[in-house]
Amino acid sequence: MSELTITLLRLGYLVLLWLFVLAAIGVLRRDLYGTKIVNRRLRRAERTVSPAVTAPPPAPGRPGPIPRREVNPRRLVVTAGPLRGTTLPLSTSAILIGRAPSCTLVLDDDYSSSRHARVFPQDGDWWVEDLGSTNGTFLGRERVTEPTPVRPGTQIRVGQSTLELQR
Amino acid sequence: MATVAPHRVRPGRSVELGLLALALALGVSAYALVGLAETGTLPADIFGYGAGLVGLSVGLHLVLRWRAPYADPVILPTVVALNGLGLAMIYRIDLAYEARERAAGFAERQLGWTALGMVLAAVVLVLLRDHRTLRRYTYTAMVVGLALIVLPLVPGLGTEINGARIWIRVAGNSFQPAEIGKIVLAVFFAGYLVTNRDTLALAGPKVLGLQLPRPRDLGPILLAWAASLAVLVLERDLGTSLLFFGLFVGMLYLATERISWVAIGLALFVGGALLASRVFTHVGDRFDAWLHPFDDANFNAEFGGSGQLVRGLYGLANGGLFGTGWGQGRPDLVPWAESDFIVASLGEELGLTGLLAILVLYLVLAQRGLRTAIGVRDGFGKLFAGGMAFVVAFQCFVVVGGVTRLIPLTGLTMPFLAYGGSSLLANWVIVALLLRISDSARRPASELAAPGGPGDDDVPDAVTGPAPAGSDQATELIDVRPS
Repeated sequence: MSELTITLLRLGYLVLLWLFVLAAIGVLRRDLYGTKIVNRRLRRAERTVSPAVTAPPPAPGRPGPIPRREVNPRRLVVTAGPLRGTTLPLSTSAILIGRAPSCTLVLDDDYSSSRHARVFPQDGDWWVEDLGSTNGTFLGRERVTEPTPVRPGTQIRVGQSTLELQR
Repeated sequence: MATVAPHRVRPGRSVELGLLALALALGVSAYALVGLAETGTLPADIFGYGAGLVGLSVGLHLVLRWRAPYADPVILPTVVALNGLGLAMIYRIDLAYEARERAAGFAERQLGWTALGMVLAAVVLVLLRDHRTLRRYTYTAMVVGLALIVLPLVPGLGTEINGARIWIRVAGNSFQPAEIGKIVLAVFFAGYLVTNRDTLALAGPKVLGLQLPRPRDLGPILLAWAASLAVLVLERDLGTSLLFFGLFVGMLYLATERISWVAIGLALFVGGALLASRVFTHVGDRFDAWLHPFDDANFNAEFGGSGQLVRGLYGLANGGLFGTGWGQGRPDLVPWAESDFIVASLGEELGLTGLLAILVLYLVLAQRGLRTAIGVRDGFGKLFAGGMAFVVAFQCFVVVGGVTRLIPLTGLTMPFLAYGGSSLLANWVIVALLLRISDSARRPASELAAPGGPGDDDVPDAVTGPAPAGSDQATELIDVRPS
């Protein structure tokens, strides 16, 4: 083998090696799975613009369609406290709220207990249950002593945070 | 103000197949280049070798499609590439040993171990449907892990090779039980820490900005320290001892997020190492060889000298920026070029450019492990995946640091590259476990709840109320149907 072939093979192999490394990193870059951060202000701006473009305003004299009332709330939103703005989608499983890292919603809040409260679905309703917390869970102004059904829009207070079920 | 919305995850199996093709091309072309350089022709068995490697890797890929469709797409190709590079380098050193009429035949054995390792990984993926099953065996794992570590001390079973007593001899093959022991102990550490981390993370006194633990919570770390010192004293192996203590401290940090544990661990280890270097000559020799490798007395010492280290450094220097090319260097001049010093051999023939690529591959592997740990929903899986990723990265650091004279040389193996059956088997099992955990980490929640899907829990009915998903309290119900 000539010296040139050897050099070409040597450098060609290094190129192949780095090609693989860069391909793997390229997959990683595309593969940053998990959660997507959506800026609310941007989305709201889009929403105010888009109806004007897509849907014509309802004809005068005819009332717009009555929004269909959905029975089930679809998300749990933190409306006040350090995590304000956090949204959890509601599925069929219960949501555990507290300071322990194992909770679904982890509060970094000295006023909440490690396993503070649980929000769970039963018989088509969502219920809130206090798990023996030190400072209590409040539904509106009432302290939760037993599993209580929650209506969308009612405020649930856990430590320094306020949560709300929304459609 | 921002909201967090779940992102749609693609399984990524076709991406994996594409990367796998590149990785196999790397391994097979390295093998061909070695043959070309040494004999002037392609190796006679290149097609058999290529077909075997392709068959095994694609087989594992198909097992993933079948049993873990959402597993991470980068882990398997990275590992196949590393294993292929290691095989080619061992084959190359074999040829050099044969030319010098020294004992050879490492490549065939390593090929056998690779095949066995990949089959074992497939078996783990098929049999273990949910990694949370392992949590049931937390304390069994402790007993088994400790037994595996002390196994080489059993008279008649353990053998002493080069002063270290970490091998057992079974049916003519020597085997390092500690390699399997590190996985088993990681199961125990993960299970133990997930239950007890709240106690260990409790606030103690605060000194110099460090949140120290309470003195009475120091028990477990002192126990792990004493055990690793016992390994150092009784089996006279610095590497194994360092690995176990490092694993424990690393997982303790993962579990508690307290820097103070790392500080305490480092202080204990440095203290122990200094003490050991005073008391035991074999540890002291390592320190001398590290600090003064170019002294004649150290270089020419029969045992524990710096000859190997210095020859490895000259090999790396000979490689330079772009290396000598496959089969063009003289890595066989370094003792144990196929196992302890395979990094120096690769550095000589692929140069700094190639060695950095290999290190980036390890970085990618460790990152995928840690990303899996972040993504998975249960605490046990988080700690276990984090621990496994840490072990791979830690071994790399200790080996490459030793070869490049950053830290004293210890007898650890480079995962997937170095010659050694037990290490290869253990690391393939680690890969299978990481793939299994990453499957449940990346699987969308909707499919997790779907009945009949892999890793399904019993869907609780409305009477009992649904169990909190992903809870990892001590009372967690682990309900995995036998498949």
